[in-house]
Amino acid sequence: MDNATWSFGLTMMIVGMGGTFLTLWILSLVMDILKKIFPLADKAATPDKK
Amino acid sequence: MLETVLSGLSGLGAGTRYLFTQGGPNVIMLMIAAALIYLGVKKKVEPLLLVPIGFGCMLVNIPLSELMESGGLLRILYEMGISNELFPLLIFVGIGAMIDFGALLENPKMLLFGAAGQFGIFLTLLLALALGFPALEAVSIAVIGACDGPTAIYVASQYAPQLLGPISVAAYSYMALVPIIQPPIMRALTNPAERAIKMAPIKRSVSTQTKLLFPIVVTLVTGLLAPKGLPLMGTIMLGNFMRECGVVARLTKASENEIANIVTLFLGLAIGGTMEGHAFLKPETLMIFGLGFIAICTDTIAGVVFGKIVCKLTKGKVNPLIGAAGISAFPMAARVVQAQGQIYDKKNHLLMHAAGVNTGGQIGSVVAAAVMLSVLKGMGLI
Repeated sequence: MDNATWSFGLTMMIVGMGGTFLTLWILSLVMDILKKIFPLADKAATPDKK
Repeated sequence: MLETVLSGLSGLGAGTRYLFTQGGPNVIMLMIAAALIYLGVKKKVEPLLLVPIGFGCMLVNIPLSELMESGGLLRILYEMGISNELFPLLIFVGIGAMIDFGALLENPKMLLFGAAGQFGIFLTLLLALALGFPALEAVSIAVIGACDGPTAIYVASQYAPQLLGPISVAAYSYMALVPIIQPPIMRALTNPAERAIKMAPIKRSVSTQTKLLFPIVVTLVTGLLAPKGLPLMGTIMLGNFMRECGVVARLTKASENEIANIVTLFLGLAIGGTMEGHAFLKPETLMIFGLGFIAICTDTIAGVVFGKIVCKLTKGKVNPLIGAAGISAFPMAARVVQAQGQIYDKKNHLLMHAAGVNTGGQIGSVVAAAVMLSVLKGMGLI
């Protein structure tokens, strides 16, 4: 395998794997934020409607 | 008159003559078609795909078959939905409509397992390059490691259409073999104490609004970070949004049933149509199957090793076996984790945690493909 192919493969590996981890980490943070903004409503706290 | 009759009759035997004179590859492919159909029908190995793929393979390899010629049935199906990537994307709408991301939303950090489970893609890419495959073919082969049939077809149909047949068959075959491939690796990398770790039960903590906004946010974030993968993520999240919003039940049902079924049939037949003997029977095909196997084994190894690291960091609160579910084979990989955990402790219920990781693997595989395509675009290769 020549140098150009090696450097292409390693770039894809480092940037690709790093990019995948980074994207999924950002997604997990966004999901955590969503859960904080929209928490599961506490049924006991919901006032009765008559 | 007699001459006309004889010349007319000679046309009837043309196929048989071809078979005996230059039809060696066709005979081998007809045997492969029979094996695929056998695996689908008798062994229940991904029957929804292997049966039409096997039948398409048989049709295209009957000597002098014109089904893959211009205007032929299989060629029409191929051009209708594979060369323009429509079929895998429609399947993704159905997959999105079928998947409940609730378990993942309960613990979003599980997404990181979905990232670790994609390591096989990138290692396989390096191996394919080392074996001499050109860059775009190597990328298409590596995506078998996503353990995700539609993603593999989507990438291969764009960048290595000549390898679509072996890549698709390898992707779906290995997905079906997950319950056989994964357990020995999981056992080899963990000790009995680790396998017996019980994880805290998941408490329901996700609101309807979060579930509803999840597909929209994931589409936006992935689209902004890796736009080349937007068709994949956009369609899977469209299906999931329809499921969660609850006001388009007819569309959701159609996506996960009628549309998915029709497209699966067409997709299988068209892929089978690409398996013409002279094009399929090459040393590269065997290499693709070998690389696909390495990809899926490496995904499992990376997932379990990542699980062990998380186990150490959390002081034994996470069972490392769940790392094996960080691939896209849903829900098979999660069930394998549950079964393995229960071998060592019948009361150990890992299924919900593994399902969270497994849905993370589904997103992870699409993100990995999207990132890879965007990097290729950035390099000016596509």
